[in-house]
Amino acid sequence: MQSNPSDIDRTITELEDIIATLKSPANRSRAIAEGIDIDRELVRLEEELQQVLAQRYASLSPWEKTVLARHKDRPYSLDYVRLIFDEFFELWGDRLANNDEAVIGGLARLNGEPVVVIGQQKGRDLKERQRRNFGSARAEGFRKALRLAKLAEKFHKPLISFIDTAGAAADLRAEEHGVSEAIARNLREVALLRTPILIAVIGEGGSGGALGMAVGDRILMLEHAIYSVISPEGCAAILWHDKSQSPEAQREKTAQAADALKLTAQNALRLGVVDEVLPEPVGGAHRDPVAMAATIKNALCSHLGELCRLSADELVDARYRRFRKLGAWAEQED
Amino acid sequence: MPRNGWFSRRSRTARVMESVPDGIATKCVKCNEILFARDFERNLKVCPKCGHHHRLNARERLAITVDEGSFVAMDEGLTSLDPLGFPEYAEKFQRACANTGQTEAILTGTAAIESHPCVIGVADFSFMGGSMGSVVGERIARAMETGLERRLPVVMFTASGGARMQEGLLALMQMAKTAAAAGKLDRAGVPYIVVLTDPTTGGVYASYACLGDIILAEPGAIVGFAGRRVANQDMGTRLPDNFQTSEFQAEHGMVDRIIPRKEIRPALANLLSFFAEGNGHAI
Repeated sequence: MQSNPSDIDRTITELEDIIATLKSPANRSRAIAEGIDIDRELVRLEEELQQVLAQRYASLSPWEKTVLARHKDRPYSLDYVRLIFDEFFELWGDRLANNDEAVIGGLARLNGEPVVVIGQQKGRDLKERQRRNFGSARAEGFRKALRLAKLAEKFHKPLISFIDTAGAAADLRAEEHGVSEAIARNLREVALLRTPILIAVIGEGGSGGALGMAVGDRILMLEHAIYSVISPEGCAAILWHDKSQSPEAQREKTAQAADALKLTAQNALRLGVVDEVLPEPVGGAHRDPVAMAATIKNALCSHLGELCRLSADELVDARYRRFRKLGAWAEQED
Repeated sequence: MPRNGWFSRRSRTARVMESVPDGIATKCVKCNEILFARDFERNLKVCPKCGHHHRLNARERLAITVDEGSFVAMDEGLTSLDPLGFPEYAEKFQRACANTGQTEAILTGTAAIESHPCVIGVADFSFMGGSMGSVVGERIARAMETGLERRLPVVMFTASGGARMQEGLLALMQMAKTAAAAGKLDRAGVPYIVVLTDPTTGGVYASYACLGDIILAEPGAIVGFAGRRVANQDMGTRLPDNFQTSEFQAEHGMVDRIIPRKEIRPALANLLSFFAEGNGHAI
């Protein structure tokens, strides 16, 4: 499976190519010379493209959503930070040992109101990806996030967290520095943090690494984002582990695993794990980051408006109950 | 077969094992030493030759840990559902119940250890790899809340491969649930003691297992985040031999003490008495 979501449908790619070709100055002047009404033609094609996109993206499979959520052009945390907030003053480091660049954070203003922002940050080019460990935080990243969360609590500022990671780092250094302890501590401390917390799952919500920064009062998720206990690849390997399979068969199994895991935003909403699914621009967030950012900003403002009316005790109680009730079980009297 | 195959320990063991009736002898999974079942049981399933701590199921663990007859189970009526309709989950679950005689991958309840009352949870790796689904998370949270209400110390024996994949996101959320409940204990000053046993990994290690006031571990247990196979894919780094063991975690400051199985019960009794007694006024 290609990572380019335009391959989700060949028709879309073809239409986009035709439109791009017609738009080039050379072709344009030639068409005008030949008496073709190119602008009308372009409008017609754009409309057709929008229709095809809308139809296609309304029925993406869980695996197609996975591909889209991981797409290299999808806006990352810092893109949204720049588009949503009036200003952003980045803060580095965990004040213990390191500055893990898989996690970003700092002080920002949302419609003029001071907030603390944290986020998981993938990289655009190879160099940045390596610097940010492909968005997979180590212990230092989770500790940096917790330091900033505590800063928000201390100064009674709301905390906003953007989630986008394939998972926490699982290498030797992560293990040596206690990545499990750092995630566990975040879960415990942020559950009881005495300030409003908003979470936005913008791309990949990969397992414990995502959850380590995703405990909050309201959890928002973009329409095509994913959130899962394990990657479809990992799930397929555990369930149907067979090295002899052809790459095509393995891809098929991975897509089946994505189905089984029900990792879509729509399912997360059904399970009560997220509170709201934010619609993406037609064809996905990467086609119109500005519009996507505006949608996220609106949602953040409206939820924050509600949360800011609650006392710290009420917030912490409601948050505890929110996570406490998650799960599915039957109960008979002992 | 290796050239000296006939002389290897494995084949010698195999030949001896064949000549012994079932149930009398067993074999150390680590060093292959043949052990008389009676001696092995008496040694709490620790190999007398190499010291390897074999896995215990929840009932066996309870039997060697708490005062006889003191355990009162809680929340046994909680049973798992199949919220995602996940392939083969229902069958695997039924098989785990039948094979282990348990209803889930953890037992929780109240008990006494050398007369010190506590709330105790004992994970069972033999039940679907000890994986944490909704019921496991719920039993842990309720156990911790019982500890909170009655101000009883909470002791958790962990053994798990992590979150239960078959319950998807709801399993992942049990990490947040158990950690939040541990947070309540923390804020209320109710002691929380963890004993890491083989294996404790993934979402369980990265949630309630890492949050004890005191964290003990059995020797040689696999304890870590993502498993050696995953970490090994990181090219260029050579993993130490003890990677993701109790000893590795202790070396990196994540474990308070590594304690051999035989000494865990007295160690727990000692800790429970330490936290229960005194406020310094008598000094």
